[in-house]
Amino acid sequence: MMHEPILLWTFIAVTLGGLAVLGLLTRYRLWGPLWRDWFCSIDHKKIGIMYMVLGIVMLLRGFADAVMMRLQQSMAFGDSMGYLPPHHYDQIFTAHGVIMIFFVAMPMVTGLMNYLVPLQIGARDVAFPFLNNFSFWMTTAGGVLVMVSLFLGEFSTSGWLALSNLGAQDPGVGLDYYIWSLQIAGVGTTLSGINLIVTIVKMRAPGMSLMKMPVFTWTSLCTNALIVASFPVLTAALVLMTLDRYVGTNFFTNDLGGNAMLYVNLIWIWGHPEVYILILPCFGIFSEVVATYCGKRLFGYTSMVYATVVITILSYIVWLHHFFTMGSGASVNAFFGITTMIISIPTGAKIFNWLFTMYKGRIRFELPMMWTVAFMVTFAIGGMTGVLLAVPPADFVLHNSLFLIAHFHNVIIGGVLFGLFAGMNYWFPKAFGFKLDRTWGLRSFWLWVVGFYVAFMPLYVLGLMGVTRRANHFEDTSLQIWFQVAAFGAFLIALGIACFLIQIGVSILKREQLRDHTGDPWQGRTLEWATSSPPPDYNFAFTPVVHEIDAWWDMKKHGYRRPLTGFQAIHMPANTAAGVVISAISLVLGFALIWHMWLLAAVCFAGLLLSAIVHTFNYQRDFHIPAEEVAATENARTQLLASHV
Amino acid sequence: MSDLTLHAGAPGAALTAREYHLAHDPHPENGTSLGFWLYLMSDCLIFAALFATYGVLGRSYAAGPSGADLFDLKLVAINTAFLLLSSITFGFAMLRKQLNDVKGTLLWLAVTGLFGLCFLALELYEFHHLIEQGAGPQRSAFLSAFFTLVGTHGLHVTFGLVWLVVLMIQIGQRGLIHENQRRLMCLSMFWHFLDVVWIGVFTFVYLMGVL
Repeated sequence: MMHEPILLWTFIAVTLGGLAVLGLLTRYRLWGPLWRDWFCSIDHKKIGIMYMVLGIVMLLRGFADAVMMRLQQSMAFGDSMGYLPPHHYDQIFTAHGVIMIFFVAMPMVTGLMNYLVPLQIGARDVAFPFLNNFSFWMTTAGGVLVMVSLFLGEFSTSGWLALSNLGAQDPGVGLDYYIWSLQIAGVGTTLSGINLIVTIVKMRAPGMSLMKMPVFTWTSLCTNALIVASFPVLTAALVLMTLDRYVGTNFFTNDLGGNAMLYVNLIWIWGHPEVYILILPCFGIFSEVVATYCGKRLFGYTSMVYATVVITILSYIVWLHHFFTMGSGASVNAFFGITTMIISIPTGAKIFNWLFTMYKGRIRFELPMMWTVAFMVTFAIGGMTGVLLAVPPADFVLHNSLFLIAHFHNVIIGGVLFGLFAGMNYWFPKAFGFKLDRTWGLRSFWLWVVGFYVAFMPLYVLGLMGVTRRANHFEDTSLQIWFQVAAFGAFLIALGIACFLIQIGVSILKREQLRDHTGDPWQGRTLEWATSSPPPDYNFAFTPVVHEIDAWWDMKKHGYRRPLTGFQAIHMPANTAAGVVISAISLVLGFALIWHMWLLAAVCFAGLLLSAIVHTFNYQRDFHIPAEEVAATENARTQLLASHV
Repeated sequence: MSDLTLHAGAPGAALTAREYHLAHDPHPENGTSLGFWLYLMSDCLIFAALFATYGVLGRSYAAGPSGADLFDLKLVAINTAFLLLSSITFGFAMLRKQLNDVKGTLLWLAVTGLFGLCFLALELYEFHHLIEQGAGPQRSAFLSAFFTLVGTHGLHVTFGLVWLVVLMIQIGQRGLIHENQRRLMCLSMFWHFLDVVWIGVFTFVYLMGVL
C-alpha cells in the first residue's frame, strides 16, 4: 500500500473520517442508543432506513471508483499512461460494478421495500422480523468485506461477474474477496426475499385481495420472487468457483474436462433476473408517484400488474443474450434475441400506462414527479438501445464495446437510480416527518440528469466506433475528446451527488419549516399515508380494512375519521443482538477464508454454528405494547392534528 | 371475521357504512410453513444448478474413470435404503407428535438420526474409497461435479442431523410446545426434501452413470 499514494491517502482519509465519527458517537454518548434502538432493532422501518444509509455510503465509494475511471480514460492517450497502473485500474472497474449493483442498488431497493411493504399492506412488521435484521447485517458484512479489500490486499480484477481468470488461474486474494463478500451478502438477500414474499402473501390487511394491492407492493412481490428464484444459482456458481480455487476441482478450468462457458451461463442465469430485481421495484415507485402527483388513479392497474408478472417470467429466458458471441448457433441466438425483444412489450405497456395516467391529470411537478418524467425519457432511450443489442448480428459488432456500457448505465441510472431518487424524495417525509428541501433537490436533479447525458452519450458514439470496454489506455488520440466530455459528465454527476447530500443536510436544519403534521403531505393514495409520519412502532393502532385499490384514497373519499378510543395492547416482536453477532462472525469467517487462516476459519465456523444454535434456545421473542402506551401515542397525534388544522 | 366487532369508521360519513378498522387485531396465519417452503425451493434451485452442472460435465472423464468404473451400486442401494427408512421413521415421529407423546417422538427421532448417521458413514466410506483409488474431485470435471453434487447433499444431511439433535434437546427441555411443534414440522419437511433430492441423485448420477 505504501507505494500506492492513492490508496495511502484514501486510507488516511477513511481512518480520520472513521475516527471522527467514532469520536462524535462517544462524545454525545450515542453508542447505547445506536446499539439498542438501531443495530438490534427488528423494526422494519429502522432496518429500511439502515439499508438506505448503507446504500448511500456505498454510493460514495462506488462513485469515487467511477470518477477515477473517467479521469484515467480521459488522460491515458498516446504517450501518456494516465495515473492508474493497469492492475489498479482493473480492480477499480470491478469494484465499481460490484459495489454499485450489490451494495448500492440492492440495499436501497431492499430498504424501500422493507420500509414500505408492511405499511402499504397495513401490517405491523414483516413476517420474520429477526430474519430481517439478520439479512441487513449479512448484507452489511458483505459490504464491509469489499471495503476491507481496499486496504488489506487487493480486490478482484476480473469484472463485476468475474468472467475472466477463473478458478485456480488467479493467484491473488482479489477474487476471494469477491467470492466471500457476495456469498455473505447473498445469504442476506435470499432470506430477505423469502421474508418479504411471506409478508405480502400472508399479512395483507383484511379486504386487500391481490388485485387491490398497491403497485409498489406488487412489484416488490415479483422482485422478491425473482430474488428467491435466482440468487441460489449465484450461490451455486460461486461455490463451484470457490471449489476450483480452494480444492482444485475442474469445473471451469481449461483442462481435465472443465468448461468455462458453464460459469458464464450459470452466472447470467442469475445475472439477468438480477437487473429486473433492481428495476421492478422502481417501476412500482414510478407508478405510485405518477398516480399521486397526477391526482388520478393509475391508468391500467390490471395491465400494470400483468406486465410486471410477464417481465418477471420473461427475465428468466433471456440470459444468453449476454453472450451471443459464445457460438451457440443461429437458432439458439435467435430464440434468446426474440425473447429479449418481447420483454420490451410489457415494459412499453408500462410507459404508456404512466403517460395515460398523466394525460388530463392535474400534474404537480414535485421532485418525485420530475425524476419520474426524466426516467420515462431516459429509460425509453436505454430500452431502444437494448432492443438494438438484442439483435444477435448487431451484438456481434457491439459486444463488449462502450455501446454496451452506455446502454446498461442508461437503464440502470435512468431507471433504478432515478427511481430511487423519486422514491427517497417521495417517502422521506413519511420516514422522518419532514419533506426534503426542494431547491437543493432541484439542483441535484438537473445536475444528475444533464450529467448523465453528458457522461454516457459519448460512450454510445465511442462504442459505435468500436472502442471496447475496460481499457485503461488508448493509442488513437482522436478519441480523447469524447472521453473528456464523458469525464465532464461524471463531474456534473459528482455535483449532483453533493447537492443530494446537501439537500439532506439542509432539510434537517430546516426541518421545522418542512415539517408535515398530517402524515399525508402529498395527498397520497395508499395505506402508508394513513398513519403518522414517522409511523409509530406498531404502524397502525387498528388494523385497516381495505375496500378498493387505493385504500387510503377510498378512506378519505368516504370521510374517514381516526378512531379516538378503544385502543388495545399490541403484540410486537422483541429486539435482539443475534443478527449483529452472527453476521459479525460471518464477516471474520469470510476474512479468514480469504487469507487461508484455517484455524481462525474453523473457530469462526464453530462460533457461527454455536451462536445460531444458542439463538434457537431463546423462546422469548415478543412483547406487548400496553394499551395505555398506544392510547398515549395516538392521543398525542390527535392533539397535534387538532393544533394544525 | 364473525367474532370480530367492526369499529365504526366514520360516524359523519353519509356516503356509506364502510368499516375501515378491525376493533381487534386479526391473527394472520403463521407464515413459517410458507417461508420454509420458499427456503426449500431456493435450496432446491442450488441442487438444480448442481444437477445441471453434472449434466454438462458428467461425461467429461478427462481420460479418467467413468461412473461405470467407479460406482458400487450395491453400496448405494444400501445407502438409499438407509435414507428412505429414515424418512419413514421421521413420519412415525410426527405421528407420535400428533398424539403429544414426547417420549415416543424422541425415540423415533433418535432412530431417524441413527439412519441418517449410517447414511453419512457409508457416503464417507465411498468418498474415501474413491479418493484412495485416485478418483478424487481433482481428477476430472466429471468427478468434480459428482463430489460436489453428492457432497452438497451429504452436507445437508449433516446439518439436518445437527438440527435434529438440537431439536431433541429442546423437546426434552420444553416438551411439545407450539414452537417446538412448528420446528419439528420444518425439520420434517427438510428431511423429506433431502430424500427427494437423493432419489434424483440416485437415478441421475448412479443409475444412469453405470449405464
